[in-house]
Formats: sequence, structure tokens, C-alpha cells
Amino acid sequence: MIIQREYLTRIRKKSFIIMSVLGPLIFAAYILIPIYFATMEDKEEKIMVVIDDSKLFTEQGADGPVCVIPETETLKFQVIEGVPIATFRETFEESGYYGLLFIPSNILASESSLIYSTKQTSVEISEYLKRSMESEIEHLKLAQHEIEEIEKILAEVETSINVRNIKWTKDGKSKESNTGVVMGVGYLGGMMIFFFIFFFGSQVMRGVIEEKVSRIIEVIVSSVKPFQLMMGKIIGVGLTGLTQFLIWMILSVMLITGLKAAFFPELSQTPTEQVVSSDLFEQGASGEDRVNRTEEAVASDDMETAQEIFASLKSINAGVMIGSFLFYFIFGYLLYASMFAVIGSAVDNETDTQQLIFPVILPLILGIYVMISAINNPDNALSFWFSIIPFTSPVVMMVRIPFGVPWWQLALSGSLLIGTFLGMTWVAGKVYRTGILMYGKKNSYKEIWKWLRYSS
Amino acid sequence: MNRASELSGANLITASEIVKDFSGHRALNHVSMEVPEGSIYGLLGPNGAGKTTLLRIINQITAPDQGSILFKGVPIGQEHRHMIGYLPEERGLYKKMKVGEQALYLAQLKGLSRQEAMKRLKMWFRKFEIEAWWDKKVEELSKGMAQKVQFIITVLHEPRLLIFDEPFSGFDPINVNLLKQEILQMKEQGATIIFSTHNMASVEELCDHITLVNESKTVLQGEISEIRERYRANKYLVTFSGSEERLASGLDPRFELVRVEENGMGRKATIRIKKEEEGSGDLIRNLLEITEIKAFLEILPGMNDIFIQVVNETIQKKGS
Repeated sequence: MIIQREYLTRIRKKSFIIMSVLGPLIFAAYILIPIYFATMEDKEEKIMVVIDDSKLFTEQGADGPVCVIPETETLKFQVIEGVPIATFRETFEESGYYGLLFIPSNILASESSLIYSTKQTSVEISEYLKRSMESEIEHLKLAQHEIEEIEKILAEVETSINVRNIKWTKDGKSKESNTGVVMGVGYLGGMMIFFFIFFFGSQVMRGVIEEKVSRIIEVIVSSVKPFQLMMGKIIGVGLTGLTQFLIWMILSVMLITGLKAAFFPELSQTPTEQVVSSDLFEQGASGEDRVNRTEEAVASDDMETAQEIFASLKSINAGVMIGSFLFYFIFGYLLYASMFAVIGSAVDNETDTQQLIFPVILPLILGIYVMISAINNPDNALSFWFSIIPFTSPVVMMVRIPFGVPWWQLALSGSLLIGTFLGMTWVAGKVYRTGILMYGKKNSYKEIWKWLRYSS
Repeated sequence: MNRASELSGANLITASEIVKDFSGHRALNHVSMEVPEGSIYGLLGPNGAGKTTLLRIINQITAPDQGSILFKGVPIGQEHRHMIGYLPEERGLYKKMKVGEQALYLAQLKGLSRQEAMKRLKMWFRKFEIEAWWDKKVEELSKGMAQKVQFIITVLHEPRLLIFDEPFSGFDPINVNLLKQEILQMKEQGATIIFSTHNMASVEELCDHITLVNESKTVLQGEISEIRERYRANKYLVTFSGSEERLASGLDPRFELVRVEENGMGRKATIRIKKEEEGSGDLIRNLLEITEIKAFLEILPGMNDIFIQVVNETIQKKGS
């Protein structure tokens, strides 16, 4: 009954509906916008004037001098000879040129060139020019040594090492994992638990305060036991949270797949399962000339990363991950919700909660800090202990699980969490039943301790 | 059956030797109370005397430190919650919830099925002519309106015991009357009612028994008629025609003329018989000699006077 009311009234609230819709939008935006920006390049064509005093970067093409630096889709060069820079200076803005690359005659010695522009030159472009010129000069310098077949040797020397993490599991299989993805999943899980506990825990608190302030509490506790009321509220709010969470998940997945298909069709191709051994050689053989790296190559590289991510996601034991996520999600919430309920019962209005709430959220925040460090050291003593201690375990354990946690540790951490939850609920129930009928008392932990000791 | 339960067989509620301490101060000090089934029981006392605490203990909202509460001879427990309806002094409802929904919810907490609650609520809302409020939020209602809703919620599950803490505070006279009639009707239907109040007129009108608590202790307890008898001051009101001087001079020394008032109806004298053993017959005989009696009436003390007298007595006792 109580659960039902708590659940229904919350679900019908406008804010719940708004959050349910907005949440996944934000979530999807959070994931997609960086990808979008990363792949989106300025499609505008830019023309760069090249004045090459050194003559090292120009060669004679069919229609006059051409710059040896390869043009890209958006960056074109126009070599101009016999015109001093000063003539460009005044009319440059109207000319429509993006910039002027000046290569001095002594570039081999000075190792510097200049870009003149009316706008700030983008880092991307100056990096591209820098890399291209560097490699051109390297080639030239090498050529001066007059080694035969230098190009061929260079091509052979060019190496790109791809480090892939393959974990040996006890049953003899090899699993490939991408540490970044594993971290990401654990981190996301931990963060979500943190926000869930914090957000819905304080909803429990507000609910208790509401009942107390509106004085309906007396009517209700004459009908049901205070403990039933408290648990009803906690479970009702928890279910609300789970519902919202589910809606988020479903909408997010839908949104992301939808948007991905719309904007990045190349990513939505089903990644084929990578067979680790046969793939290794292929990779080694395909040595690419980094200098002549084309757009296409970049795209196929992205594909590779995407496939790696999917493969890594598969390497995490999904069952364990989801199971433990739900477990820590629910019991972490229950543990903290009962503490929030105590605070709610101890105060007369919401502004008084500040001082009492601090000791409750302190372990949560501590958990977040340890979690961040645990991403790098999932198996050190700090991570171990904080993933066992019930107050921080829901957050910290989440980042450890993707790296593999022994079963006994999971069991220990889990049973400690359940135990603490039961103990805390019992304590909370006692304080709660006294607290809800107290008005105008100064709220301190000393007072709460006194209520706890009221035997009845 | 033990003796205690035999004795309390006729009582719906038997509270014995209830003690309740709040950090450093004793809210109830060995308070006992027997509420006969089918009666209206008044719980009186100045502010802070411990009335609300006692009512909360009967409602199992708080537990007593000592003493016990029997409900029909058995220790009160969870199974009795649904047989009690409680209207607390501090009224309150969920502000953001709609009136009808809220009433349904609270009725179901008291063990009514949804359909039954709906049926009865419709009946009550019609009776109080507040059907239009069903879909309003409580925060849109005035204080008096919300109180009406809360009264309905309290009685909806037709409990055997109704407990009202200051039921009349905050109601206008018309609604106070409405409430009184409802209370009397529920008594007729067999319900037992306990209410606490400062309103002595309503006590005289409604209550069969009272307990007066002051400073955490019972100071007066019993049937209303018996109490008023006990506190009679041997005063009589005589409406007479004739001279006032003659009355004053002719009165036997065994009697004392307290005061004479005059209004449109005639002159009224208040006369006290000094010794309790003397009957009113002697006074009448004496009066017949000296004046013409139009009306003769014993002045029984009102509950208001008794209340003030008893409370003051306990304060004086404490002082001396």
C-alpha cells in the first residue's frame, strides 16, 4: 500500500516525466557530442598561399609551380612566386585566402617557417603543415647521404606497433580487452550508483520531512507501524528510481542507435568478432606510410577502434557485471536511504538537514575518490578495502569488477553490505519512530543517539 | 480469565498505571483510566498535562515506559489498529495529493478494501456536501475544509474506538454542531469515543465519564453526574418578588445570602446552606416566611468551574 502510493505519486509528478525524457537526451548528448565533434571537420575549403623562398617545397607541375605538401580535402595550396610578402599584407583580408605560409630560404638551417594570417590558425592545420614539412626535410636530408633505394629502406623501417591486451583466464581462453573501455564501463557504473544513491536517498529524506511537516505522520503511524512506513517509503522511492533508470537505459540505447545510424553510418556496421590469432599477422603486414595518410585511412582506423571497443565490451563478463551492478545499485541505495530517512525524521524542515547530511555523504564522496584511484590500481590494498567496506563498496567495487574480482571478495563485500543494511535499517527504524514525533528539538547526532537508546 | 480482565470486561479500554518519561520530564505519572464500552469519555486538562501523550499511547504511536493498556481485556496489539480511528490535534494531510485519492489511501491503510472505501467516501462526501472537493489538492483547501476531510478519514472505517484530540478546535459553530451530532450518532451505533478538549460546554453536553489530568497526574475521575454532585456547593438560586432588605434581614443564620441580582425576569438571590447536612426544605420554609418564591433551583457547578477549581487546588497543594 505504502509502496504503491510512494511509487505512483512520484511517477506521476511532472518532474519525473521531464527527467525521464531529458535524462537519456543528456546522456546521449554526452556520448555523441564528443564523437560528433571528433568526426566533424570543417568542410570549408581553405586556400593557403605558399611563398617558398627555399624552393624545396615547390616543383613544376603542368599549370605552374605546385607545393609538394599533399593537399587535403579542405586545405589547398597556391604557390606564388616573385611577389614580396608585404604586397599581401594590406589586401589579405579581402583576398579570401586562409593564410600565407612563408618558407624562408634558410629553412634547412633555421628549421623554422612562418604562417601569416588574419585569423588564428587552427592547431590542426599548423600541426599538419609542421609534420609534412618535417618529413619532407627528413627525406631531403636523407637523400643528401645518397643511400641507394632509400625510399624502399624507409618504407621497410617504418613500423607501427599495435599493443593489444590479451588476458589469460583460468579456463585457458584468451580474452582481448581494451583497458580504456573497461575503465569506462566500471566508472560509469560506479558513478551511476553514486548519483542514484544521492538523488533518490535525498528524495526519501524529503518525503519523510514532508510527512512530518504536514503532520500527517501521526495519522499514518496510528494505522501502520513506523517501520513499515519507513520501509514502504524507501522501497517505493527505490522502485521509482529503478523505473526511471530503466526508462533512461531503454531511451538512451534507442537514441544512441538512432543517432548513430543517422550521423555515423560507418560505425553502425556490425563489428565482426575478432579472432585474436589470425588477426595479428594481418595487422603487422599492413604498414602504412604515415606521411601519406589519407582521410580514408583515418576512417578505417576509427572503424578499428570501434570494433575494438565492441570486442572489449564483450570481453567483460556481462552477466557478472550486470548482476553485481544491480546488486550494489539496490543494496547501496537501501543502506543509504535508511540513513537519509533518519535525517529526515530528525529535522523539522529541509534547511536543517545540511549539518546532519554531511557525515552521511562523506563516505560516498570518499568512495568516488577511491574509485578514481582504483581505476588505475584495481588490485591494491586501498581499492581492496574500500570495496569491502559496505559504505563505499557499491561505488568502488563497480570499477574493480571489470578487471576481475575473486569470488570470495565479491561474496564478502556483498554479505557485509547486506548485513550493514539490515543493521542500519534496524537502527534507523528505532530512531525514526522517535524522531518523527519530535518537533522543535535541536537536531544533532547526540540527540539522535538518545532516541536510539529509548527502549520501546 | 484472570481477575483484571474480568473486571475490565465491560470496559473497552483499560489503562493502568501508565508512566511515560521524556528526557528528564515525566509526561504521565501512574495514570489509570477505564473507558466503558459505548460511552463518550472526556479527557480534560490544561495544556501540557499529558493528554496527547496518553492518547498516543492508546493509539500505539508511542509505547509506555510502565503500565499496560487493555483493549476489551486483552493487551492492545497490532490487530487493534484497524479498530481505532484517531484524529490528532495537529491535523495534517499530504498537501500535494488530491483529496479523494488521499482519503482512499488512508482508508486502505486502515484495512478497508478499495471498493468499500470508495463507497463509504462517496456517502460521506455527499453527507458533508463536499463532493466537489474530490479532485482538489489539499493545499487548495482552507483549514476548516481540510479538517472536515480529515474527520471523514478518521471515522470512515467505522472503528469501535474513536479518539479525537481537540476535535472542535478550528471549526466554526455550525460545524462544531455538525460534529457533535456525528459523535452522538456514532455512540448510538455502538462506538466508544474518547476525546480530549478544553471546551467544557461540549464536555457537559457529550461526555458520560471524564478524567482530568494535571501535571501528568489524574486529579479527577468519574461519571459526570456523580462529579457534579460531588462538587455541589449547596447553593440555590431563588427568584423572588418582594423587598431585598426583608430577605436579607429575615434569613436564618444557618443560611448565607451570597448575592442578589436583578434583571427583567425579576430578582434572583443566590443563597448558600452553610452546613451540608441541612436540607433545602428548611431553606424553603424559611423563605416562605419572608418572601414570595417564584422559582427555586439548586446550582450545580458547571464543568468549567470544577475544572478551574480542581486545577487551582492542585497548584495550591504543590505550593504549600
